Amino acid sequence: MTPSAIALTIIFSIVGVGSFIGFYAGSRHKMDLEQWTVGGRGFGTVLMWLLMAGEVYTTFTFLGASGWAYSKGGPALYILGYQPLAFLVSFYILPLVWEVGKKYQLQTQADFFLARYGSKHLAAFVALVGVIFIVPYLQLQLTGLGIIVEVASFGGIGRTPAMLCAFTLVAAFVFVSGVRGVAWVSVLKDVLLLFAAVFVGIALPYIYFGGIGPMFAAVIHAKPDHLLMPGATKNLGHSWYVSSVLLTALGFFMWPQNFGASYTAKSGDTLRRNAVVMPLYSITMPLMLFVGLTAFLVLPGLNNGDLSLLTLVRKTFPPWFLGLIGGAGALTAMVPSAILILTAATLFAKNICRAIFAPNMTDRGVALLARVMVLVVTAAALFSAIHSSASLVSLLLVGYAGVAQFFPGVVLGLFSRRVTMPGVFAGLVAGIALLAFLMLSNRDPYFGVNAGFIALCVNFAVTGIVSYLTPTEPYRFNEMPAASM
Amino acid sequence: MRRPSWGAILLGLAPFVATCFSVSLWDRIDPIVLGLPFNFFWLILWILITPLFLWGAYRLESPRDPVPPRRSSDEGGPL
Repeated sequence: MTPSAIALTIIFSIVGVGSFIGFYAGSRHKMDLEQWTVGGRGFGTVLMWLLMAGEVYTTFTFLGASGWAYSKGGPALYILGYQPLAFLVSFYILPLVWEVGKKYQLQTQADFFLARYGSKHLAAFVALVGVIFIVPYLQLQLTGLGIIVEVASFGGIGRTPAMLCAFTLVAAFVFVSGVRGVAWVSVLKDVLLLFAAVFVGIALPYIYFGGIGPMFAAVIHAKPDHLLMPGATKNLGHSWYVSSVLLTALGFFMWPQNFGASYTAKSGDTLRRNAVVMPLYSITMPLMLFVGLTAFLVLPGLNNGDLSLLTLVRKTFPPWFLGLIGGAGALTAMVPSAILILTAATLFAKNICRAIFAPNMTDRGVALLARVMVLVVTAAALFSAIHSSASLVSLLLVGYAGVAQFFPGVVLGLFSRRVTMPGVFAGLVAGIALLAFLMLSNRDPYFGVNAGFIALCVNFAVTGIVSYLTPTEPYRFNEMPAASM
Repeated sequence: MRRPSWGAILLGLAPFVATCFSVSLWDRIDPIVLGLPFNFFWLILWILITPLFLWGAYRLESPRDPVPPRRSSDEGGPL
């Protein structure tokens, strides 16, 4: 067998086993809408942790982080900064989101806005914005998958056919198994990813430099500025770091899929305990940065930094090992993709189509429509992945900037009685409009500050001012008695 | 909804101050600690100790949880 055949065979076997687990886990449950979207609301700490980890550690972790350490240097430190803080924020917010979700039997993020602000148009807008910003995140996963197959086949298989195959498979298992299947595939994925990250992150610096310390000494000797902000960039300095870390830490659980995942928990306390231990999972991230920095010295001149990890693995290890790493990478793209597709499809079917256009649709109708939407969303992301060349991290940052705009509506909705529906609606529209303007006119970062963060500040201000000018609304979270706490 | 206690909020703010707002104080190479440039060392250290702060916040927050179930009128006290 040729090296590429060996590597690809192992990758496809791992993907095959993962898909089988996905189909099998889902097949044991009757799939109504409640089971398909929130797993019957019965996930305990372990399954919950797996699901969250499945959503959190994506292709971005694997290829994007090392890619930025390679091509940008110091600014990649923002990844180490934001992750623990994102879980920290979740500690204070998610248990309350869960309580509301339980009380009103909510399934999606837009449902939360509907329950709090009582406007189906606001909820539909939230759903629409969520779906729009899920697309770049999904595109990130697709591009990662394409990179993996491209590198593992030594350029023999193009990205486009690779992305097509992988995503047919993902769409298929989302279609059949829903959220429960996804959580169980995460087990395989996490074990592989953890092994791959720890091994590669320690072995590569050791093989080329004799350890992590000597690797850093070599970088300091060659180009010390690469390790500091703004690194190899001109405008990603300290103000960018602070604004990006804040934006992503606050925005993290505003992702519709992360927000919705909190509903799958058994109790609010599960989420709180989860938040305490989750930051430790970020310990794989520095290892990915070490790999990127090793590649920076060993393989200078790659035109796409996102290729650095796999190219270095291919140069260093035998093909079967490249296959193992590639397989782990493929699953880290497929599991989050499945969750993203599932979330976008449910939002679209339930909060946009039914809420606005077809109020008489049954739950069964919504479940059916959601499954059709699985195909539509997948096709949209596939289309933009084929026609774009943005780096993985920049795709992620676009998505974050968008979903972080939900933060004022969620947090003020939980903690303030004075915030009003028109206030939140106006703030969200202002934030998204400003964001679109800054990004489409290439003004990100704007004067060294993350454009999404500027939009978030404006969003907060508009929400506050309009809420102040509009009459107080009843505080809806007190209206109904608790279902069962 | 019930707001977290001030103690828990302060415990949560500490990692924000240490790893976000204070970036210009720690974004440097020297001193090298355990072979890592100081900025890498500092952020890795905080990945490891942030759970301790959250554990502290958990100890403060979980006794306030509404178990046994409270009346719905108790919930979502004034802002």
